[in-house]
Amino acid sequence: MNADRLYAYVGVVLFAMAMYAFLTHTHLLRRLLAFNVMGGGTFLILVGLAQDGRGPDPVPQALVLTGIVVAVSATALAIILLRRWFALSRSTALPEDQS
Amino acid sequence: MTAVSAGQLLPWLLVAPLAWAVIAVLIESRRGALTIAVHAIGVLLHVALGVALYTSVARSGPAAHALGGWSAPLGIGLRADGLAVTLVLLTAVVSAACAVYVMTTERAAHDADAETPRYFWPLFWLLVTSLNGIWLAGDLFNLYVGLELLGLSAVGLVALGGSETALSSALRYLMAALLGSLAYLLGVALIYAAYGTLALPELAELIAREPLTQLAIALMTIGLCLKTALFPLHGWLPPAHGVALTPVSALLSALVVKGSFYILFRLWFDVAPEAVTPLAAQGLGVLGAGAVLWGGWQALREPKLKMLVAHSTVAQLGYLFLFFPLAVGTGVSAAALATQGMLLHLVAHAFAKSAMFLASGTLIAAAGRGGVADLAGIGRHMPMSLFAFGLAGVSLMGLPPSGGFNAKWLLLQSALASGQWFWLCVLLSGGLLTAGYVFRVFRESFVESKDSQFTPTPRGYDWVALTLAAMAIALGLASQAPLSTMTSGLRVMAGGT
Repeated sequence: MNADRLYAYVGVVLFAMAMYAFLTHTHLLRRLLAFNVMGGGTFLILVGLAQDGRGPDPVPQALVLTGIVVAVSATALAIILLRRWFALSRSTALPEDQS
Repeated sequence: MTAVSAGQLLPWLLVAPLAWAVIAVLIESRRGALTIAVHAIGVLLHVALGVALYTSVARSGPAAHALGGWSAPLGIGLRADGLAVTLVLLTAVVSAACAVYVMTTERAAHDADAETPRYFWPLFWLLVTSLNGIWLAGDLFNLYVGLELLGLSAVGLVALGGSETALSSALRYLMAALLGSLAYLLGVALIYAAYGTLALPELAELIAREPLTQLAIALMTIGLCLKTALFPLHGWLPPAHGVALTPVSALLSALVVKGSFYILFRLWFDVAPEAVTPLAAQGLGVLGAGAVLWGGWQALREPKLKMLVAHSTVAQLGYLFLFFPLAVGTGVSAAALATQGMLLHLVAHAFAKSAMFLASGTLIAAAGRGGVADLAGIGRHMPMSLFAFGLAGVSLMGLPPSGGFNAKWLLLQSALASGQWFWLCVLLSGGLLTAGYVFRVFRESFVESKDSQFTPTPRGYDWVALTLAAMAIALGLASQAPLSTMTSGLRVMAGGT
């Protein structure tokens, strides 16, 4: 097995694990971290699978760079909302997840 | 005057709103006549661009543009066919109406020395930019970027209210939006690995029915359904649309949810008609039927007015998904009728629902409280707002003459033409449920009540809502021209599947 395909498989495992965490945790910061790991997994699949057996390819690398910018902006927005939500409600989970 | 070609116009539909977003940040601390004038110019320019692009493409056919002279795969390609330019024009008109509503609020607040929410305008212009980016995108990855930008600006707009409920709704919306876009992006990764391109026209030539492609399309479909709030993934929508500021609710329900649906439509019918199966289409249709019935039922039982309208959005989005079983694996004529019906429903719902949200916001501003029961006696004081609400309701129920009626009539004919009569039951019971919750609002409004007090609201509110509602009705009288523009060149019209 070559390195590119290994990256893609690792990406699938990361995506699945992080998706499980995203769906089962109620702590919003944990869910946000899970989203970031899911994103990382997706990027590994995007580059690894595209380069598998074909050699370096600039297009998926450019796409991943854009994807990272988008993920950073989304994370920043989520953290701001989360801090404000925590300041108002003194809670780290959404209302329907608190039991 | 030399005619500007549609291809040259395309980048300006992204540049102009983006420029106004930057200007809006710079003048954010100022209030009053200056900001209103600046944004009025932006809105007029955007509508003019939308009209110019629409007429140009309607007259001389589709256009394309490679940004900065860089062509695919590394550059960003924009393309505009009849459907894309109709949605650009729809976005320009509906967002202009919402902008006028906000300007009316700002002027009234300025006169009364009151505060208005900050950062509305930058987010508004970013929302418009990302919507245009989605309508005009020429490849799957730019659709992803547009989808993410749309989600982020929409979440920001929901959070503007600043209350605890606004923040929790915005966070819930953000979590759903992030999960949806990642599922979509994973699908994009698989498609690129299989075909080595993401440009829509090239993919349309290459895509074949094979397991990896179908897995990719399934992932993208699930992500997009989550973002379009298809039943049973709709849980995030009613709180987000119900709690947002009134013009924001109108923008979200009329335009934002259509963005992800548009990508789904392009994916299934322009890019990969060879890879989708009638069974999957039937599944989407069943979920759509569930949305029509469940959304309608929830709207009937909902005590708060804006939440009622938000549940109605869940139900009306369900009609869009009834299109899939009518267009995949059926005959050419049934698929063509279904496409026309679905697209007309999309446009008519955008007008009717924005009108209904704006009218509801005005009624709530007058009553001072947001419950349906708090409207008792309002019929005497706010006839114009109630009239706008009713006109919008006529289109949502599907009574003639209205865009909603023509749309449902076309869907009904398609169901008969393809021999799938059971979708008729869904269409009819959906109409009855809609009538139920619209008349519920009217029944409360005409209850006589001596002790209720109503605050007068600016006249501009009613004119905006009435104009939008009138457009939903007018669409019923003149459906043919927009329909022939929207469907020209679509593969599904020629029996692509």
